[in-house]
Amino acid sequence: MNVLIPTPLRSYTGQRVVEARGSTLDAVLADLDRQFPGIRFRMINEQDCMRPHVRFFVNGRQAFDVSQPLGPSDEVVIVQALSGG
Amino acid sequence: MTTRGRKTVRSKVARRLVVLVATRKGAWLYHGDVGRKTWRSDGPHFLGHIVNHLVLDPRDGRTLLVAAKTGHLGPTVFRSTDLGRSWKEAVRPPAFNKAPDGQPGRAVDHTFWLTPGHASEPDSWYAGTSPQGLFRSEDGGVTWDPFSGINDDPQYRKWMGTVQDGTPDGPKLHSIIIDPRDPAHLYFAMSGGGVHESTDRGQTWMPIVAGLEVVEGLDAAEITFHDPHCVRLCPGNPDRLYQQNHCGIYRLDRPSNEWVRIGRRMPRRVGDVGFPIVVHPHDPDTVWVFPMDGGSVWPRTSPGGVPAAYVTRNGGKTWRSAAAGLPEGQAWWTVKRQAMTSDVNDPVGLYFGTTSGELWASRDEGEKWDCIAAHLPEIYAVEVAAPA
Repeated sequence: MNVLIPTPLRSYTGQRVVEARGSTLDAVLADLDRQFPGIRFRMINEQDCMRPHVRFFVNGRQAFDVSQPLGPSDEVVIVQALSGG
Repeated sequence: MTTRGRKTVRSKVARRLVVLVATRKGAWLYHGDVGRKTWRSDGPHFLGHIVNHLVLDPRDGRTLLVAAKTGHLGPTVFRSTDLGRSWKEAVRPPAFNKAPDGQPGRAVDHTFWLTPGHASEPDSWYAGTSPQGLFRSEDGGVTWDPFSGINDDPQYRKWMGTVQDGTPDGPKLHSIIIDPRDPAHLYFAMSGGGVHESTDRGQTWMPIVAGLEVVEGLDAAEITFHDPHCVRLCPGNPDRLYQQNHCGIYRLDRPSNEWVRIGRRMPRRVGDVGFPIVVHPHDPDTVWVFPMDGGSVWPRTSPGGVPAAYVTRNGGKTWRSAAAGLPEGQAWWTVKRQAMTSDVNDPVGLYFGTTSGELWASRDEGEKWDCIAAHLPEIYAVEVAAPA
């Protein structure tokens, strides 16, 4: 599936949109980290919680849980929250 | 410099230095000439990152670590071995252990403090975080692990207190000190949470807070309420430590465990509140501080808008202003706890960065100050180092 990468994380990907695989949001983030080492920890903390100023959308709807199931045609958008400064 | 017991032989050989400046919006390196008269700016590095500390490894003169995060993203550590021409991110930055299922865990908000390990332990580093955590790397900062067990120790978690016991930017573990004579002898401090010592490489720790005052109305017997802002060990006498505390300036002469408030001799109109404290690299009786206004609502500005360093040459018996060259008024900035340091040249050079983004230097131990950079973001930390 396609994952839209926000500007603060493009130093990892070098691209605006990347492809990743996984049946959950967590699995997709793990696949991103495999491709772009270090990227997951900037978004997800050591307690496996989403960082407060990073937001995730699946097909336009905000995801609040990394265990959310995903299908192969879903589109994931990662956004820097307006709260982050 | 060669240290023989407590006596020190000074090196007259001047070396090119680099001043490492960490700011709220990135990092800068200022490369000096041999005379410390001109400084070439190199930066910004990591523009937009909140950089809390930037430190060059004195053991190899080439490994540079940066503690960074952004407003949105989690914390990390970047490494360079070519003085910032290229950077690589740590593979495993400092992070707390995952909490057991159903229990709340802590997450590192930012790495605040970096300390290179003992000279006999190449590639070892320590890190202090917010919220308070202690971490160690044994591979030059590539991977980090919790160190010593205090991060999850119930007693230490209690002493770390709540967010109300920390700074406005979060409670912090800082001032990680390694005794140059013994890599197993360690100190650290917490804002809040007191000063702590280990003599067994971090297996056990004991607070050292006797003699320290706390905010009026709080109980000094409660470790949580102690707020050491910055602790330094004297290279010229590792049995002597100095501390700038929320409640005064102190000296500790080991083996005593009781701090002595030496800031009472500061001018009353200035007081002895501040954040940084700098020890002379050779003379354990010489210390510099940079007082700030800690009255009323804690403005965190220079007292009266007149910034000044103060120096003692006799271990705190007397103090005098060292402000020549600094603004004489209407300067409402101050200096944070990591933002003042010294080199080891003769005479000693001093450096500090301001909350208003100015970098100041003195080539003569604070007798005369020059502004060597302005218009930077708020400066969080200043270090000086001699590259290989």
